[in-house]
Amino acid sequence: MIVNKETIAELAKENKRLDNRSLTEFRQPILINTNISWTAEGSARVQIGETVVMAGVKLSIEKPYNDTSDEGGIMVNAELSPIASPEFETGPPGIKAVELARVVDRGIREAKAIDLKKLCITPGEKAWFVIVDIIALNDGGNLLDVAGLAALAALKTAKFPVVDPATGAIDYKQKTDKSLPLTKEPLPITIYKVNGVLMVDPTNEEEKAYEARLTVGSDAKGTISALQKGGDVPLSIEEIGKMVDLALEKASFLRKELTKALKM
Amino acid sequence: MSELLVQERNVVVPGEALAKGLDFLPGDNTYREKDQIYSKVLGLVAVSGRVIKIMPLSGPYVPRTEDKIIARVMDITISGWRFETATAYSAMLNVRDATTRFVKKEEDLSQILAIGDYAVVKIINVTSQNLIDLTMKEPGLRKITGGRIISINSQKVPRVIGRQGSMISLIKDKTGCDITVGQNGLIWIKGTPEGELKATQAIKLIEAKSHLEGLTEKMEQFLGESA
Amino acid sequence: MVYSKRVDGRKIDELRPMEAKAGVVKNANGSASFKIGKTWAIAGVYGPREVVPRFMANPRHGILRCHYTMMPFSGSGERIKPGRSRRAQEISMVMEQSLAPVVDLSAFPNSVVDIFVELPQTDAGTRCAAISAACIALADAGIPMKDMISSVAVGQVDGMVVADLNYNEEAYPAIVSDIPVAMLHNTKEITLLQMDGEISKADLIKALELAKVATEKVYQLQVKALKEKYALENNEGKNDSQ
Repeated sequence: MIVNKETIAELAKENKRLDNRSLTEFRQPILINTNISWTAEGSARVQIGETVVMAGVKLSIEKPYNDTSDEGGIMVNAELSPIASPEFETGPPGIKAVELARVVDRGIREAKAIDLKKLCITPGEKAWFVIVDIIALNDGGNLLDVAGLAALAALKTAKFPVVDPATGAIDYKQKTDKSLPLTKEPLPITIYKVNGVLMVDPTNEEEKAYEARLTVGSDAKGTISALQKGGDVPLSIEEIGKMVDLALEKASFLRKELTKALKM
Repeated sequence: MSELLVQERNVVVPGEALAKGLDFLPGDNTYREKDQIYSKVLGLVAVSGRVIKIMPLSGPYVPRTEDKIIARVMDITISGWRFETATAYSAMLNVRDATTRFVKKEEDLSQILAIGDYAVVKIINVTSQNLIDLTMKEPGLRKITGGRIISINSQKVPRVIGRQGSMISLIKDKTGCDITVGQNGLIWIKGTPEGELKATQAIKLIEAKSHLEGLTEKMEQFLGESA
Repeated sequence: MVYSKRVDGRKIDELRPMEAKAGVVKNANGSASFKIGKTWAIAGVYGPREVVPRFMANPRHGILRCHYTMMPFSGSGERIKPGRSRRAQEISMVMEQSLAPVVDLSAFPNSVVDIFVELPQTDAGTRCAAISAACIALADAGIPMKDMISSVAVGQVDGMVVADLNYNEEAYPAIVSDIPVAMLHNTKEITLLQMDGEISKADLIKALELAKVATEKVYQLQVKALKEKYALENNEGKNDSQ
């Protein structure tokens, strides 16, 4: 669907949206499947509305960095593959992918969601390094939030691979039943300001009509672990307060969806 | 001794054998190899006398002269505007074909159509390389303001319009919207937000189910329900 | 020690369990998911659309461009660093060559049909799965094609000619030959032929004959995926032949 931005802005002022959702409602369906890739140590496919993202966790054993010799590491990477949208190009990640990856990464890293010290095997010599790769499969809007949820689902269900005690080699074909030392469940939610009103989970067209947006990463306790403002229009402190409140509320909603999905 | 290998309205895939023998003639989207006729696309079989053709279930829009389409301004040049047409080909609208009034040489063309604007236009020429010339001078052709534009597969446009416009009239009546259908699959809907949503859903329903029988009844049922 | 029984118990002409579905990427003009054993390919087709970079445009007909990508977590061992590997480039090219013979883009000069294939997990036969998925996606996009292309690997493991080698067979400690093949359905002509390993001419011909049977099985699944997408609610229009 393509629309004049004015229509979206006008509708927003009346608390209306193109698909009749409320401004703070997520699209349906919300589908969360984990362990979708047998080659990944942890993986998930998340769909919200028509946006589909896959995330996979790979673990490796490396030498720790010099300044954190008793810690492992975590990194988040994102690929906005051209399969997901006619607007994505081939080649190295563009700025949208880089921003998405870094914001999701900060939400996980700054929340200290993974106890990096528990990833250490031998200080100064060996530690586990976790890499989360996020692949967009269909951009229907709000990729960042969907990607954050997929990354969390993949991390939650990831298992360490078996390590040969004699050689120290990893046998990727066998998994232990040991999970990652995940102490928190960070989730990013992006709030969009459209024509003065706040909106959640935009479609592609709605994304094009925003004035400003704020991504808020938070954990289950409501502690904020990441912030990213986007868009040309400034935000007042009051607006930011409202956006944070809304983001925390929605993060809680998605966390419940994740818990439901993992129980099944 | 000729033999039809499929039935009317069967769904066939590319390369599927449709008929044996020389009595049958290969129509649209089919080809003959030796004494058999095969399909060239994923589509529905349509037999009319001895001619077998395939109605594609989806596919790219091929620009044709006289087609009314909806397109988006991507560039402004000295002589007019260049449009994106939701195909591989851009289209040119010359200033002299845009309006009946006299346009001064120094006039700022973006006041008439700016980059990003959508317009209902008509194709007046298509070259062998599929370069397209447009006009916006005829009645019904204009810049688009307000409402929403949705995109469906261009192959479904005839079904959305219906026999003598019957289907699109039904949707317009029941939703109270103005609807302009571009042959390239872009459709402009303007009405109340609820009406526009209902019209969008109705058109998407046709796109999904157009290959089935009883479409008219399904649509009457859908539109008859209150929003 | 002759290979007399396949490691997973399959018969020589038995393929791993397969699943195929058309229309899985909403934004794409056509798309498909194709799984064979644990190898899974998702294909999305965009086009015909404008060619970028312009110099690649052909004024006589549209061109086909394939982009094969293994997701970083799809390898059987360590993570695969993102970016165009040479293997991916080569596979993309042979994919184009295997599909181009059936695709008719004469009505779309100066355009490109881009086929993106992403693989979330792999276990041998990846380029074959990619080609089979891409073919479904092309048909789903309504691209004119004179026939479907079906692809599967054949080969020999220690003297036994088999179809659809899995990873363990490819890596079997004996003389192995892994031969990815793609065939047109109607004429059984070959559009993809590569080989890793060693084989005698006699066994090669035997393997290619086996490929006729094996690709036919893939074809049945590709057709089913396309027709299922348009499955009718009542029995009207169901094909009784084929």
